[in-house]
Amino acid sequence: MEFKVPTMAELMAMGEEPEILFWVGCAGSYDERAQKITRDICKILHHVGIKYAVLGTEESCTGDPAKRAGNEFLFQMQAMTNIEVLNGYNIKKIVTGCPHCFNTIKNEYPGLGGTYEVIHHTQLIQDLINEGKLKAEGGESFKGKKITFHDPCYLGRGNGVYEAPRKALEVLDAQLVEMKRCKSNGLCCGAGGAQMFKEPEKGFKDINIERIEEALETQPAIIAAGCPFCMTMLSDGVKLKDKDQEVKVLDIAEITARANGL
Amino acid sequence: MASQIIFIILVIAGIALFSFNVRKVIRNIKIGRPAGRSDQPAKRFMTMLKVAFGQTKMAARPIPFLLHLVVYLGFVIINLEVLEIMIDGIFGTHRVFNGLGGLYNFLIGSFEFLALGVWLACAIFLIRRNILKLKRFGGVEMKAWPKSDANYILITEILLMSAFLLMNAADFKLQALGEAHYVTAGSFPVSSWLQGLLPASASSLIVIERVCWWFHIIGIFAFLNYLPYSKHFHIIFAFPNTYFSNLEPKGEFTNMASVTNEVKAMLDPSFVPSETAPGKFGAKDVNDLSWINLMNAYTCTECGRCTSVCPANITGKLLSPRKIMMDTRDRMEEVGKNIDKHGAEHQDGKALLDDYISREEIWACTSCNACTEACPINIDPLAIIVELRRFAVMEESVAPGSINAMLGNVENNGAPWKYSPADRLNWAEQS
Repeated sequence: MEFKVPTMAELMAMGEEPEILFWVGCAGSYDERAQKITRDICKILHHVGIKYAVLGTEESCTGDPAKRAGNEFLFQMQAMTNIEVLNGYNIKKIVTGCPHCFNTIKNEYPGLGGTYEVIHHTQLIQDLINEGKLKAEGGESFKGKKITFHDPCYLGRGNGVYEAPRKALEVLDAQLVEMKRCKSNGLCCGAGGAQMFKEPEKGFKDINIERIEEALETQPAIIAAGCPFCMTMLSDGVKLKDKDQEVKVLDIAEITARANGL
Repeated sequence: MASQIIFIILVIAGIALFSFNVRKVIRNIKIGRPAGRSDQPAKRFMTMLKVAFGQTKMAARPIPFLLHLVVYLGFVIINLEVLEIMIDGIFGTHRVFNGLGGLYNFLIGSFEFLALGVWLACAIFLIRRNILKLKRFGGVEMKAWPKSDANYILITEILLMSAFLLMNAADFKLQALGEAHYVTAGSFPVSSWLQGLLPASASSLIVIERVCWWFHIIGIFAFLNYLPYSKHFHIIFAFPNTYFSNLEPKGEFTNMASVTNEVKAMLDPSFVPSETAPGKFGAKDVNDLSWINLMNAYTCTECGRCTSVCPANITGKLLSPRKIMMDTRDRMEEVGKNIDKHGAEHQDGKALLDDYISREEIWACTSCNACTEACPINIDPLAIIVELRRFAVMEESVAPGSINAMLGNVENNGAPWKYSPADRLNWAEQS
């Protein structure tokens, strides 16, 4: 990275507080593909000059996959430990790079003593566009390119966020095409509810193949995603369909970073 | 006079039997654990008005929406006629509301159009189920009783509407003949077309009119008493079910207070829990579920919108959210029958998990909420799946191997994969 990503511990040592905490998430921290998205989110934050920080090694799993799998004990252990760290740093506002972290911290942490203003990175991008701080200039042109957006369940149906990611794509002057099943009728990529971490049950098809076939029907140049798990499922699907040369799967943050030459 | 006495006995018996069965249903629902859903009454009431009364979620599928709307309006409005039938039946009057004059004519005329609409809509519904064989009405759980149940309801409604129209046709003809008891009242825009089918003699017409009148009212009471055994219970339960539906974001799962107590005690030894923990985490059987889950099961009318949008079901997995609801109801009724026969403490050695719902089904769920979004009356199959998973994981420690591995990783290194916490910021060092 061309700039240093500040950690909370460093800011605290300097007696400073960030405007927003960037909650990276496990996929964003360890998954090679998702790490690129994480870096692009940081580039956007750096570019617009928001004072932000990450927890770094002090971050831990939100407990989402444990909760969806039914292990409430493990979830609450993780949640309470994280809340202790977040409250210790006096965190007020959080942006997450993952709809699962977003949902968990926003909806399930308040009952356990952790109340913060939580937004997903596509909402941050929407806000920055609305405030005029972020445009689509100085980078790659997406003008006229066909882009279809896959709604992550925990962002869309789970929390009713449908417009923010679309707003981020609208400024590109691209051609936004919707899949038949979109927004509140969106089809899951197959990774939610802890499915990401196990083999699917017996059936005649994998869910991500069902989804990618629908996405490819729109004949897109880019399939846009907003979740690292969807990213894995959709990228695998495109590869299995032998379309990875023509069709790119990109996160909204990556598209935004590219459009701004970051 | 005799007919009035028979009528009054019929009404009392019909209502008594219905309340007896409804009490049993409520007893069954109360097998469930308590659930705090009495907050925000205004918002709940609005949700009920919008979703149940206003049928807003039905609009997603325009054809069934319109057909269902006709049957729904027909059901609600034609039942005004039942009020007249009750008064006539008890006091031996005939068309007692005819004093309303023009308004009465307008009402009867509207009922006739609605009756025709209901007749046609039910016929189309039968065609969709039995001739077109729409995929939504199929599936492993839709064999035998559930399949017949749907057809019985539709055929009954067609018969009821036929009797209603035929009764009016005979009445109209008797009015024209100037029969003493048959006062000139009502307008008959639809049934007048049926006159050609009827005999000319007044005595035969009176028999037809009376038979249809009795068939109509007996049919309605029979239908009422069929409800507790049928998927058609939704015509009543849709209202409380939407009132008590989940108002929080769909992505939010409840935090288990019993676990919070234990975790707090673990992290802080000085912590004293305010309430005692229940004996079991999650659900193995219906009595471990909440009463909302159980009411959901009685409310389900097996339309299959949930299953038709379930990503697991679409791709051939065993999971069907509709089956989750039907299994829950079947098991609850079995437990209810056990209580009737052997008392509340009886154990039959069976449970919802494994005897009705398999592990393969619960682990195929992606928790995507497509089912809860699709349900026109806010039933939540996901909540039941999660409770069953909680039991499997927390009480039995039985889960797919890879899930156990993931849980182990979260516990040991704070991530679902086997990476060191020390490497969490490594991404920042690359470009």
